[in-house]
Formats: sequence, C-alpha cells, structure tokens
Amino acid sequence: MAMSDFQSSIDASIARNRGRRPWIERVPPAYWVLAILLLVMPGFASNFVLYQIFGWTFILGIIASSLMFLAGYGGMVSLAQMTFAGVAGYMVAIFGDSAIDTISQGWPWYITIPLALLVAVLFATIVGWLAVRTAGIYTIMITLAVAAAFFYFARQNYEVFNGFTGFQSVSPPQLFGVDWQDAVPFYYLTLFWAVAAYFSVLYLSRAPFGLALQGVRDNPRRMGALGYNVTAHRVAAYSFSAILAGIGGILLAWQSGQISPGTVSIQPSIDILVIAVVGGIRHPIGAFIGAFLYVLLKTFAVDVLISLGLDGDRFNLLIGMGFLLVVFFSPDGLLGLWEKAKDRSRRDPLTGRPRE
Amino acid sequence: MRDWARAHPIWTGIAALLVLILLYLILAVWPEWIDSILRSKKIFLSALFNGITLGGLYFLVASGFTLIFGLMRNVNLAHGSLYLMGGYIGYYVSYTTGYWLLAFPIAFVVVGFVGVLLQFFVFRRMEGEDLRQTLVTIGISIVIADLLLWVVGGDFYVITPPDWLSGPLETGIITSQRVRSSGEVTNFYLSYPMVRIVIFCASVVIGVGMWLLLNRTRIGMLIRAGVDDRDMLSATGARIQLVFAGVFAFGAGLAGMAGVVGGTFQSVAPGEDIRFLLASLVVVIVGGMGSIPGAALGALLIGLAEQIGSIYFPTYAVVLTFLIMVGVLAFRPQGLLGRT
Repeated sequence: MAMSDFQSSIDASIARNRGRRPWIERVPPAYWVLAILLLVMPGFASNFVLYQIFGWTFILGIIASSLMFLAGYGGMVSLAQMTFAGVAGYMVAIFGDSAIDTISQGWPWYITIPLALLVAVLFATIVGWLAVRTAGIYTIMITLAVAAAFFYFARQNYEVFNGFTGFQSVSPPQLFGVDWQDAVPFYYLTLFWAVAAYFSVLYLSRAPFGLALQGVRDNPRRMGALGYNVTAHRVAAYSFSAILAGIGGILLAWQSGQISPGTVSIQPSIDILVIAVVGGIRHPIGAFIGAFLYVLLKTFAVDVLISLGLDGDRFNLLIGMGFLLVVFFSPDGLLGLWEKAKDRSRRDPLTGRPRE
Repeated sequence: MRDWARAHPIWTGIAALLVLILLYLILAVWPEWIDSILRSKKIFLSALFNGITLGGLYFLVASGFTLIFGLMRNVNLAHGSLYLMGGYIGYYVSYTTGYWLLAFPIAFVVVGFVGVLLQFFVFRRMEGEDLRQTLVTIGISIVIADLLLWVVGGDFYVITPPDWLSGPLETGIITSQRVRSSGEVTNFYLSYPMVRIVIFCASVVIGVGMWLLLNRTRIGMLIRAGVDDRDMLSATGARIQLVFAGVFAFGAGLAGMAGVVGGTFQSVAPGEDIRFLLASLVVVIVGGMGSIPGAALGALLIGLAEQIGSIYFPTYAVVLTFLIMVGVLAFRPQGLLGRT
C-alpha cells in the first residue's frame, strides 16, 4: 500500500515535469517583444533618444529599483538612495580620472569601480544601521536628514569633494577599444546593467534572503521569534540596495560626465522616491516604468507646456500634480492601477464574480 | 524634574556645572586665556544669543509639527510649505497695511485654515497610513512650492519690523574692559537687536502657554487623552474629529506665524520651506516625537549648534547639526525627551 502511494506520487511528479515546457518557452511573450525591441532600438532610434532618454531611464530605473527593493520587500522607505548613488559616483571621480587632477587619483578602472561600490556599500551599511533603529515614518525622516547632511557636506568640503563645482569630465574607461560614452555603446551598457538590476531584484525576492526580508516586513516579532536576526536582515537589505544604487550612480556620473552636489541634493532624492512610487513598489518593473515616465516628462514637458500656452517653468507643478494624483488614488502606483483594471475586466460587471 | 534629579545625581551635577560655566562665560570679564581660545567675548556672546533666538524660531516651527504628529500620528511633510506660506502672507500684510503686528494673526488664521483643509481633505482619508501620508504630503509640498514660486516669484523678501523694535538694545553684559593708564576703567557693553529679543520672549510665552493649555485645561486633557488612546476617547463621546481639526489648525497656524518671524529674522525665499522642514525634522528627532518640551530642548540645541558652529568651524556648521542627530539616534532612538 505504502509502496504504491510512493509510486503514484513519483508518477505524478514525472507527469508534471513532462507537462513543463523548457524554460525558453515559459518566458511570457511580452518579455520577448520587449527584449527584441530594446535590443534593436539602436537600429532606428536617434542618438539623443538612445543616450538622453533610454540611457537616463535605465540609470534612474536602477537607482529607483534599489529603493523598490528596500521599500517593497523590506518595508523601509529610504530617501538616501540617491546619496548612495552619489557616493559611488563621487568615488569614481575621486579615485579615477576627472578634470580636477589635483584631487583625482587616476587609478585604473578595475580598482576604482569595485572600490567605489565598496565605499557606497559601507556608507549604506552605516546609514542602514542607524536607520533601522527606527521604524516606519522615522526611517524616511532620518534618511532624508542623511541625504541633506551629505549634500551640505559635499558642497562645503573642498579637499575631497571639491565643493560646489564637483568633478567634471568623468568618463568611462576605453575598454575593448570602445568609447563607452558614445550613444550606442552607452545604451547597451546601461541596458545591460538595468536588466541585471531587474533580474537580481527579482531573483533575490524569491531567494531565502528575500523571503525572510518579506517576512520581517510583515511581522518582525514573529520572524524574531522564529530565530531570524531582524536587524541583520534589514541592514543587509540596505547594503544590497547600495550595490544597485552605486552602479546607477557610476553610470549617472558617466552619462552626465560630471558629479556635483546638485546630483545628490534633496530634490533628486525625492525624485527617486517619486519615480519608484509612481511606477509602483510591488514589482521591480515599476521602477523602470516610473523612470521612463519621469524622463519623458522632464525632457518634453517644457515643450508641451509652452505649446499649450503655459509657462515652461511650471514643470515641477506638473510633476507634483501627477505624483499627487497617483499616490492619492492608487497607493501602489501605476502598476496598482493596471492590476485594478485587469481585475475589473476579469469580473462580470453585473454579478461581480470572476468570469469563466 | 525633581524625581529625575534624584534618580540621576551624576547627570544633574554635570548639568548644574555646565549651567554655572555658561553663567560665568556670560557674566564675567574674560581673562586672556579664554579670549585666546574662544576668540573674543563679543563674538561668543552674539553667537550664543543668535543660537538661542534661532532656537526660538525653530521651536515655533517644530512645536506645530510635533503636536500634530503626537496627537494624530500624521506625518506632515508639507509643514515647511506652511511656514513659507505664512512668511509670504506676513510680508504681504505688513507691506500693504504697514502694521507688522497685524501680520501674525492673519498668517495664523490663513495658514491654520489651510491646515484644516489639509486635515479634512487629505489626512482624514488616510488615517493610520503613514507611508501614504508621507508621499501625499511630499506631493503637496512640491505643488505648493511651485505655486508659490509662480505667484510670488523667486525674490528674497525681508519683512521690516516697526521702528520701536528695530534698534539695538543695550544689555548690561560687559563684553570687554579697557584700563587706561590713569587707572580709569571703561566698560564696553553688548548691544543686541531688540526685535530678536522680543521675538524670543514671544516664543517662550507661546511655549509656556502651550504647555499650560495642554496640562491645565479641559481641551488639553482631551488632546492628551487622544494621544494616549484615540479610540477610547472617541468611544467616551468626545468629538475627536473636531479636536483633530483644531489641533491641526493650531499647529499649522504656528508654522504660519513662524514664517512671519523667520521673514523678519532672515528672509522669505523659495527653498526656505525645505530648510525649515529639515530643521523641524531634526529638532523633533533630537527632542523626541510628540513632546513639546522635547521640541524646545531640541530647538535650543540645534539653534545653538548651528550658530556656534558657524563661528568656530564655519565649513561644517550644517553637518554638526546632523552629527548631533546621529548621536542621539545611536544612543537614544526615541529622542532626548521622547517616551519609549
């Protein structure tokens, strides 16, 4: 009897595996369309679109996905993500090459880039250790204060951070004889890291660490009682988020060719929050959707406003209103709206039951 | 207070010693060696007084913030925008009517009304949703900042106080002495702007008044009960939404009044909203969320740190305030006077 039970369970498992298609067929068609579209984009898009629109979108998306990871899976909303990115950007400029050769060390890229990421991670770990001593709303305030402190510090310090002007001509290394600051190589570079960030967040959310982190988010006391170290998981989440933010920060310094206190001031820090929330913090794709919208608005809103006969300076009003509407009506951002719409279309309008 | 002193004799001793040293530094004629460490007494004293009066201004802004948070757990990150709004209204009123004093009640009422609108249309719809409140108020502050920029423009405005307040006040504190060869001693006294002293006294009066209101009146009893257990209070039949709206109006009005004060002290300009939002955040984090005495202590500490820091190590004065915050967080996360 027991033997046949065992046998039947094996049979069931084999049958299940037979029904399972190879992984390449299991990728949803939307992914294929998007991937092919993104890969062939340089064939028909102009350099401006590649570099300014998509390059920037991917960079902001990477930084916002670091916030999405912290906020969505860890329940910790940090306004210091842009600061972590800025720290990495500054370190690349300080250890590597820039126009300020009295400060820049001019070390090779295989030292500066890991070093920059390491410094960003260390910084984020310290900030995280401070921030996780508090919860919820206090975290936002403390990280906001940290962001402000770093901004003022970088603006005042001329020995290391070169004060108000910052560093100009920060450029990527000439690897494999390619100028990575050219539009097409830069597009592929940012695309690569954006995809890497997206899948690493997605992977980590299903890995034991991510699952434990989500448990800590939902019920820290129970996770503590189960033997998980709640503080360590939270601090580690900050450290991981700094890797993503640091990559984004380095790319951002390369994209704009400079890093200055303006990059890490309070407005950009809030912008990252706006991007992540407008896109939706339940899924990593939200960060990139939000970034794309933000970049489109930032690039074209002035023209649109002027063509509508309004003042082009009212850009912030437009962004603020859009942000306000989204968070007011859908706390889960655009993804939340999308889910709601999908859910509604599945239900019968008369009975409210799911359709067959 | 007395219980605390009995429980912590060493800390009380240290505090008393610090107060004595401070009194000595203020009142005594400095010998050479203190002069050489702290530059001159005049510089030190004006930094000290500037710090205390700036602390008074910070207290006005932060007490509204902490009151609103303490009662309703509402996180109002648009508090800085209310401050800025009050500053512009104060400038407009005092410029058109010529009465500086009139600016205060009008800024209080108008900004308080904006606060009621905020409570009614925004916060009441998302009670208990911290994150959403934060995000929505960030959105509101972006919108208000841009609207103000649109209407008022990016210029600096300074509210001029009336004549009877504008001169300096001779304090009886000796800054330095010169001994002539004939043995005659000339004393130099510190003079300090009258308006700053008056405003500081006013903020002390407001602070004491708030403390009395909270601890000695029926409304204060309602508010304190609401802080402790909101549901139980509404179950006893108190009209809690009315209390909420009132407290929100009061807190917002205080921010508006602080805007007038700030416009007289310094100036009103775009960007001040974020500065004062940050200042009040740091103040309430240092002092303890929801505690009025905590806000007073935090405001004093931060104001002093900012001013004294800007004299003795000008480059990193701003960073010093954040270092204080980090230190407090590391050793006492609930704030100096916060309840656990």
